[in-house]
Amino acid sequence: MSESATATVDTSQALSGTQDVRGPRWYTGRDAIMVYILVVFLLYAMITIPRFATPVTTGFLLLDVIPTLLIAMPMTLIIITGEIDLSVASIAGLSSAVLGVMWAGGANIWVSMAIALFVGLLAGIFNGVLIAFVGLPSLAVTIGTLALFRGLALVVIGDNAVANFPKEITAFASSKIGTTGIPVMVIPVLVVVVFFGLLLHKTAFGRGLYAMGYSKDAAHFVGINEGRSKFWLYVASGLVSASAGIFWTLRYTSARSDNASGLELTVIAAVLLGGVSIFGGKGSVPGVLAGVLLIGSLNYALRLGRVSDVVLVTVTGLLLIASVIAPSISSAISTWRHDQKLRRQLSDEATATAVN
Amino acid sequence: MQHSTVYENALALSLHGAMKTFGPVVALADGTIELRAGEIMALCGENGAGKSTLVKILAGVHAPDTGEFIVAGQHCSFKSVADSKAMGVSVIYQEPTLFPDLSVAENIFIGRQPKNRLGLIDHGRMRKNAATLFERLGVPMDPARRAEGLSIADQQLIEIAKAISLDAKILVMDEPTAALSGVEVDRLFKVARSLRDAGAAILFISHRFNEVMDLSNRITVMRDGRYIDTHLTRDVTVERIVRDMVGRDVDTLFPKTEAALGETVLAVDKLGRKGVFSNISFEVRAGEIVALAGLVGAGRTEVARAIFGIDKRDAGSVTVAGKALPPGNPQAAITSGIGFVPEDRRKQGLVMDLSVARNTALTLRHKFSRFGLIDGRAEKRTAATWSRKLQVKTSSMDQAVSTLSGGNQQKVVLAKWLATEPKVLIIDEPTRGIDVGTKSEVHRLINELAGHGMAILMISSELPEVLGMADRVLVMHEGLITAQLDRNEATPESVMYAATASQEKNS
Repeated sequence: MSESATATVDTSQALSGTQDVRGPRWYTGRDAIMVYILVVFLLYAMITIPRFATPVTTGFLLLDVIPTLLIAMPMTLIIITGEIDLSVASIAGLSSAVLGVMWAGGANIWVSMAIALFVGLLAGIFNGVLIAFVGLPSLAVTIGTLALFRGLALVVIGDNAVANFPKEITAFASSKIGTTGIPVMVIPVLVVVVFFGLLLHKTAFGRGLYAMGYSKDAAHFVGINEGRSKFWLYVASGLVSASAGIFWTLRYTSARSDNASGLELTVIAAVLLGGVSIFGGKGSVPGVLAGVLLIGSLNYALRLGRVSDVVLVTVTGLLLIASVIAPSISSAISTWRHDQKLRRQLSDEATATAVN
Repeated sequence: MQHSTVYENALALSLHGAMKTFGPVVALADGTIELRAGEIMALCGENGAGKSTLVKILAGVHAPDTGEFIVAGQHCSFKSVADSKAMGVSVIYQEPTLFPDLSVAENIFIGRQPKNRLGLIDHGRMRKNAATLFERLGVPMDPARRAEGLSIADQQLIEIAKAISLDAKILVMDEPTAALSGVEVDRLFKVARSLRDAGAAILFISHRFNEVMDLSNRITVMRDGRYIDTHLTRDVTVERIVRDMVGRDVDTLFPKTEAALGETVLAVDKLGRKGVFSNISFEVRAGEIVALAGLVGAGRTEVARAIFGIDKRDAGSVTVAGKALPPGNPQAAITSGIGFVPEDRRKQGLVMDLSVARNTALTLRHKFSRFGLIDGRAEKRTAATWSRKLQVKTSSMDQAVSTLSGGNQQKVVLAKWLATEPKVLIIDEPTRGIDVGTKSEVHRLINELAGHGMAILMISSELPEVLGMADRVLVMHEGLITAQLDRNEATPESVMYAATASQEKNS
């Protein structure tokens, strides 16, 4: 553990005599690397895929990415504390079903949306209470609620689909800003991203999450209330997942029990790809933003190339595994480079003394 | 066995000029040690002197970058712990990690359990073999018992039994006595001596000089990652060893200064926690250092945890400067002015992977918030100020605390609590595992804080520290306070008496 931690520090100054150890600089950190990969990939896609660099692509790509990006925000914070939430896609599905049934039952569209959000809130509270206050492992709880909430969605709406949502609202959900191709919905989504970014990086609450992710004991000793922090994270996760479910419903003009199913895999893959450690304690919102965009544009590019959905899921799974392995590989490489350097230095010294 | 002849005994292990670096950090510059069969070699050095790295090289955890390593006449380069075990080297750590759900015997023979004809584990034979091992060690232990709940001392003995069963010729004990009570230390030493007399080579690491002088045949001293010297124990004085360790003379270990006592700051009344401690009442005044003494397991740390709110209390009250503290709420304790330097700085005191600045500022994360957002520069400034005040040796505020030496880590823990400007500071084992130089620095600091009117509650297992530092000594035994001794009443005898003889209390 400590080995890999020390091995990742900048090795360029090794043995140079100065004992100056700095943390990773902003342009060499894991999140920066993600941004580079994203840029390189986008350039490659623009050049090689004919229809990629158009406003239409931008629009569809961003619309596709919005649910992932939304849910990735609370997920980032949850994984940083060393927990996980697998029920997010099911909450989105449940909120979609509730929205559909309410609307079909004659309720006002805004009331229907509010109730769908409220159901997401309740789902988050349910997860939060079991994990934060009863103290059950989040993996077990959210695997359970993954099935439970999806099941409830099926109970609520059955095999039906509700599609007759008001035109002006569904059109608004996928409308673009002028001729840029950028969806209007990007604006509220960016507000959510900035909110979670500030919460994680700039508040006492966020500091506490990192501390908890590294060492629960140490966090406890400085008065961080682990249970309360976790509870609010799961509540936030429930709310945001429900919003994603509402967006999904309106964008595809279809409320179904299986909406957004399997999305948790994409979200978690994107978060881990963005540099968040599955073991907790490490990660940043900018990195995750890059991770989400990378996985989104990769999927989109593959789809443009007429690659089937099965392959897309396979690629997502591979990326997930790669992002978990990547830190170990990079630390192994830097250890190896350091050893090489040391060996060279020693042989240089040997020749120097021989010459003298 | 003639111990004067250890120099002629067969060389069991030798390591010369071993170097080990982690990135830019040189953990070991010249690791050199020679162990001969049938001797106990003590290894002394301040924290950061490279002892742990040397042990990890012997254990096969780290491979040295350079150096000559010979075990039993063979050149070695251990790639893993299994390699070192195969060459007969076993390491007993300060806190062994046994599998709590397995029996004692299963822990000893894990991975190489004796099998019966069907290929299943032969439990009967395994237990009998384990019992034989404990007989050889001369300690009674039930091999069928589950490992859960065993004392650290017993766990170490299981590790030693395991080492013997692996036919270990070389035993490395890395600060085995740090968490042991007096009787347990005696038992461990008896076992160590009998192993030595049977021809084993033992490397013993300890910060306690009386143990080193009592047990070892030779003493090797390290400083700043380098080998300094090896002495025959009977020819050397503690002063000489200390001089080798610090590179200078340490004159006074406990520079006690009398501070003027003020108002009562911390008042604890009839505090109780079921099955752990009960009826704990005492006060600490401003400028006063009160020591909580007693054997390991007497309930001292538990009392401190309940005061601070890490654990809930079942009875009694805690008052800080006249204000009652709610139970089980560390944040409230911090706000009302208590600081708590816990005993395990790696797990409880610090978030090891976070930077010096983040760690120092963790207690003040609310104070640095403007409209909910943390002012990063103010945070760093405060951390830098306190690091300078406490002379934390770090190259930058962004350095991860895991790369600092033990003494410097302890200073960061102190810094993070002092930065909250507490009225009461609870310090649990302030100098455990800290080198001599930093030790007296920490002692001077505690005195200084008391001099400035801070109320200090110190838990310590080191009697000289208790007697040297405290204005008043509270002695605990089995969850009760058995004596309150003023500075002039506190002697090694009176404290140890109260710590062991609970029946005799104030009849």
